[in-house]
Amino acid sequence: MEAADSKTVIRVRNLVKKFGSFVANDNLNFDVEKGEIFGFLGANGAGKTTAIKILCGLQKPTSGEIRVAGYDIYDQADQVKKNIGYMSQRFSLYEDLTVGENFQFYGGIYGLKAPVIRQRTTQLLDELGLTHIKNKILKEIPLGWKQKLAFSVALIHNPRIVFLDEPTGGVDPLTRRQFWEMIYSAAQKGITVFVTTHYMDEAEYCSRVSIMVDGRIEALDSPSGLKKHYRAESMNEVFVKLARSGKNSR
Amino acid sequence: MKGFILKEFLHILRDKRTMLILFGMPVVQVLLFGYAITNEIKNARIGILDQSNDYVTQAITQKILSSGYFLAEEIMHHPDEAEDAFRKGKIKQIIIFGPDFANMMTTSPPVSIQLLTDASDPNTANLLSNYTQAIVQDYVRQQQQQAPNLPVIQIESTMQYNPELKGVFMFVPGTITILLMLISAMMTSISIAREKELGTMEVLLVSPLKPYQIILGKVIPYVLLSFINALIILLLSATVFGMPMNGSLVLLLLQSMLFIFMALSLGIFISTLSDSQQTAMLLSMFALMLPTILLSGFIFPIENMPMPLQLLSNIMPSKWFIIIIKSIMLKGLGMMYIWKETLILLLMTVFFIGMSVKKFKVRLA
Amino acid sequence: MRIIFYILQKEFRQIFRDKVMLPIILVMPMVQLLILSYTATFELKNTRISIIDHDRSQTSRDLVSKFSGSSFFSLISYESTYERGMEMIKEGKTDQLLIIEPGLEKKLGRGEKAGVMLITNAINGSAASLMNAYASSIVSDFNKLLVAETMPGIHSSGSLKTETRHWYNPRLNYQTYMVPGILVLLVTLIGMFLSGMNIVKEKELGTIEQINVTPIKKYQFMIGKLLPFWIIALFELLVGLVIARLVFGIAVEGSVALLIGTASVYLLVVLGIGILVSTVTDTMQQAMFISWFFIVIFILMSGLFTPVESMPLWAQRVNSLNPVAYFIQINRMIMLKGSGFNDISEHFYALVVYAIVMLTIAVSRYRKVA
Repeated sequence: MEAADSKTVIRVRNLVKKFGSFVANDNLNFDVEKGEIFGFLGANGAGKTTAIKILCGLQKPTSGEIRVAGYDIYDQADQVKKNIGYMSQRFSLYEDLTVGENFQFYGGIYGLKAPVIRQRTTQLLDELGLTHIKNKILKEIPLGWKQKLAFSVALIHNPRIVFLDEPTGGVDPLTRRQFWEMIYSAAQKGITVFVTTHYMDEAEYCSRVSIMVDGRIEALDSPSGLKKHYRAESMNEVFVKLARSGKNSR
Repeated sequence: MKGFILKEFLHILRDKRTMLILFGMPVVQVLLFGYAITNEIKNARIGILDQSNDYVTQAITQKILSSGYFLAEEIMHHPDEAEDAFRKGKIKQIIIFGPDFANMMTTSPPVSIQLLTDASDPNTANLLSNYTQAIVQDYVRQQQQQAPNLPVIQIESTMQYNPELKGVFMFVPGTITILLMLISAMMTSISIAREKELGTMEVLLVSPLKPYQIILGKVIPYVLLSFINALIILLLSATVFGMPMNGSLVLLLLQSMLFIFMALSLGIFISTLSDSQQTAMLLSMFALMLPTILLSGFIFPIENMPMPLQLLSNIMPSKWFIIIIKSIMLKGLGMMYIWKETLILLLMTVFFIGMSVKKFKVRLA
Repeated sequence: MRIIFYILQKEFRQIFRDKVMLPIILVMPMVQLLILSYTATFELKNTRISIIDHDRSQTSRDLVSKFSGSSFFSLISYESTYERGMEMIKEGKTDQLLIIEPGLEKKLGRGEKAGVMLITNAINGSAASLMNAYASSIVSDFNKLLVAETMPGIHSSGSLKTETRHWYNPRLNYQTYMVPGILVLLVTLIGMFLSGMNIVKEKELGTIEQINVTPIKKYQFMIGKLLPFWIIALFELLVGLVIARLVFGIAVEGSVALLIGTASVYLLVVLGIGILVSTVTDTMQQAMFISWFFIVIFILMSGLFTPVESMPLWAQRVNSLNPVAYFIQINRMIMLKGSGFNDISEHFYALVVYAIVMLTIAVSRYRKVA
C-alpha cells in the first residue's frame, strides 16, 4: 500500500460497478486533493451518478479500493459519512417544512447539538443573504433559492468533502453563476468539492476535470490542460471530440 | 394520444410487482373469502350441562350435536363453571338441562331448557340461541307427529334463489364490488396524484394533449385491467363456488363496465381533491374502504340498519352495484328490473366527472 | 437519542402542517366509529312478508294476524296471485311470501293436517334460515292454539320450551360488540398506512438519499419513523375509548392499563408490517396496494363481521397469522368481559413474538445502501 498522501482526500483504485451485465463504472482510477473543485463530466448515462453514489456510500461497488476522507468505504462507512456532505440530483429538502426546520432536521440527524445547529443555520443563511426566509415553508420559495439552500444544508456539519450531483440542473444562468460563487467560497475554506455536471461551461470553473464516456474515464486534467491536449477552443469541443472517439471505438 | 395510452399501459405492465398484485390479489381474495368468510354458523363450540342424563335430554343433545351447527367442547358438571368458560372465550353457548327432566315433562309441563350465551358477540349469540330453539321445537314437532292426526298447519318451505343457503351467494357479489371499486378508484386517484406530486403532470399539461385526453390516457389502462379482473372473479365464482348465471352475461358485463367507469371517475374526483399521493390514498382508503364494506349490504343487510344509515347507504355506489349483480346472477332478471339502479350509477358517474372538470378548470384558471 | 428526537420532531411537524391529512387522520376515524358501529347487525327486524290468502276463512285470517301482530314481521301487502307475489320477491320489495291454499279451514275442521307454502328470498342464506325459523315458530304457536281448541285433552308442544339468557350483553346490543372491533380496525388502518407510506414516500421524493448519506444508524431511523405513528395510533385508541364510553355507554370492564399495554404491543406489529411494506417497495402506489391487500384480508377474516369459528379449519390456521384477529379478540375480552391477563396471555404472547419478528425483518430489510 502506498503511503497515504495527507493531501489526497479521495482515492479511487480500480472501481468497477456492474448492474447485471451492464457495466456502469469500468475500472475507474483517480485521486482528489484537498481544497480542489473536482469536476465529473459526462453525458447522461455515462456513469457519473453511479460513481458519486458509491463514493457517498449510497451504493456498494462491485470491486475496487476506495478511500474517502482517509477512511475505507467498506469498513469505515460511518466515519466517511460524518465527513462528507451530499446534494443529490433530485431536490431533497422537505417541501412542507420551513427553511429553518430543514436545517434543524439535517443538523439533528448528523448528531449536532442544538446550539451548534442554531449557530450554523444563522451563519449559513447569512452567507446566502437569505436570513429573512428562515421561517418560510420551502414550497413557497423559488427553485434557485432552494438549490442554494440544499447546498448549505449539505454543509451544515462542516464536512471535509461535499458531493454535488448535477446541482445546477434546471436553474437560470444567473443563479448558476451565484451557485458557483458558493462553490468557490467553500473551496477557499478548504472544503473539497466533487461536482458532476453536464454543462460544459461549468467545467471551465473546476480545478480539474474528469470526463466519463460509457462508464470509463477518458480524460482527466485541468481544463486548460485538456484544451491544450485536444487542441480545442472550449471544454465543449473537448467533450464532443471525446464523445465521438468513444462512439468510434465501439 | 394512442402513444400516450400505450405509455401508461407499459408503465403499469412493466411493474411486475404491481401486476402480480393487480391480478393475483383478486384471485386470492375471492378464494379466501369464498371459502372462509361466512356468516353461517358451523361447529360452534358449546358446553353442555346435563343434570338428568335421561332419554329425553340425551335425545335432544344428540339432535343438537348432529345438526352440524354445534360442537360439544365441554361437558360441564356445575353451573359455576360457566363464568370461567365464557371468560376464557372457549365456548359460545351453554345448554343446561335441569334435574329429573323426562319425569318433569310428563308431571309438570312445561319444562325449560336453559340456554346461556356469550353475548359479547350478540350476532353469534342470537343465531346460536335461535338455532337451538329451532332444533328443540323440531324435536317437539317430531314427538307430536307421532301422535295420531292432529289438525295442525304444516309449512312447506321454499328457499328461493339459494335453496342450499350458501353463504357464497352473499359474499361473491360483495367481493367483486369491493375489488372493482377499490382497484379502479384507488389506482387512478393515486396514479394522477403521483404525476402531480412528482411534477410530471405539469409537463403533460403544457403538452399539446388536451386535459381530457390526459385523463383518458390515464384511465383507459385501468378500465381494461379492472375489466379483466371482473372477468377473472366471475369465472372463479362460477367454476369454484357454483354461482349460477341466471341472467344475461352480456348485461352483467355491461353493468360491470358502467361500475368500473363510475369508480374511475370517483378516483379522478378524489385526485382533484388531493395534492399528494398520501392524501389521495388515505381519502380513498377511509372514505371508501369501510363504508364500501359496511354500508353496501355486502355483509350486513341494509334493512336492519337504523333509518339514517339506510338513507346514507343510498349514496354508496357499491350498494347499487351489489343489487344489480344479485339481480342478474341469482334472480336472472333483465334490464326491466334494474333500470333504476343503473340510472343511479350513471348519474353518479356524470356527477363525479362534472365535479372533477369543474375543479380542474378552477385550478388551471 | 438526540437524533431520534430530531426525526420525531420532523415527522410531527409534517403531520400537523398538512391541513388535508390531519383531519383524515384524526377526525375521519372517529366519525366512522360513530356511524359504522350502527351498521353491523345481523339482527332481523321488520322482515317484510306478503300474503296470498286463497282460503279467505276465519282461520286463515287468524293465522295472518299472528304474523302481522309479531314484532318480527311487517305485513307489506296482500297479493292476489302467485305471479304477483313472486314479482314482489323479484323486485326485492318483500322478503317472504306466505301462500295459503284454499280449503285450509275445512281440512283442519275435519281434523286433518293442512299445509301452507312459504317462499323466502334466500340470497342471504343465514338471514333466510332465521326468517324461516321465526315463521315456523309463529305457525307452531298457532298450532298449539288450534289443538287446544279442538282437542282440549292433549297438551301438545307446550311440554318443552327454552329459556335464553344472554350474558355480558343481556339486551343483545350490537354496538357493544361492534365498537371495540371497529375501534381496532381504525387504529390498524391509521397505523399501517401512515407507516407503510412513510419511508416509500421519502424514497419517491428522493429525500431518503439525503438521510442515507448521514451517519445515522438504522435503528435510530426506524425508531424515529415508528414512534410518531405509534403515538398517534395510541392516542386515537384512547379517544375512541372515550367515545365508546360517552356515546355508546361502553365502559372498559377489565383493566384499562392491560388494554393499553396489549395495544402498545399490537401497534408494534402493525407498524412493523407497514414499515416492512415500505422498505420493500419503490413507489407509494405499490406500497399502498400491498398494504391494502393484506388489510382487506386481515379485516374480513378477523372475526369482526363474521364469526371466526365458522371458518373452515385451514382458514382458521391462516388466521393465526392475522394480528387483527388477535387484537380484536383481546380487545373484546378486556372491554366487554373483563378478562384479565391470564385469560388473554396466549394471544398476548403471540403478539409479542409477532412484533419481534416483524420489526426484526423490517429493520434488516431496510438498506441504507442500494
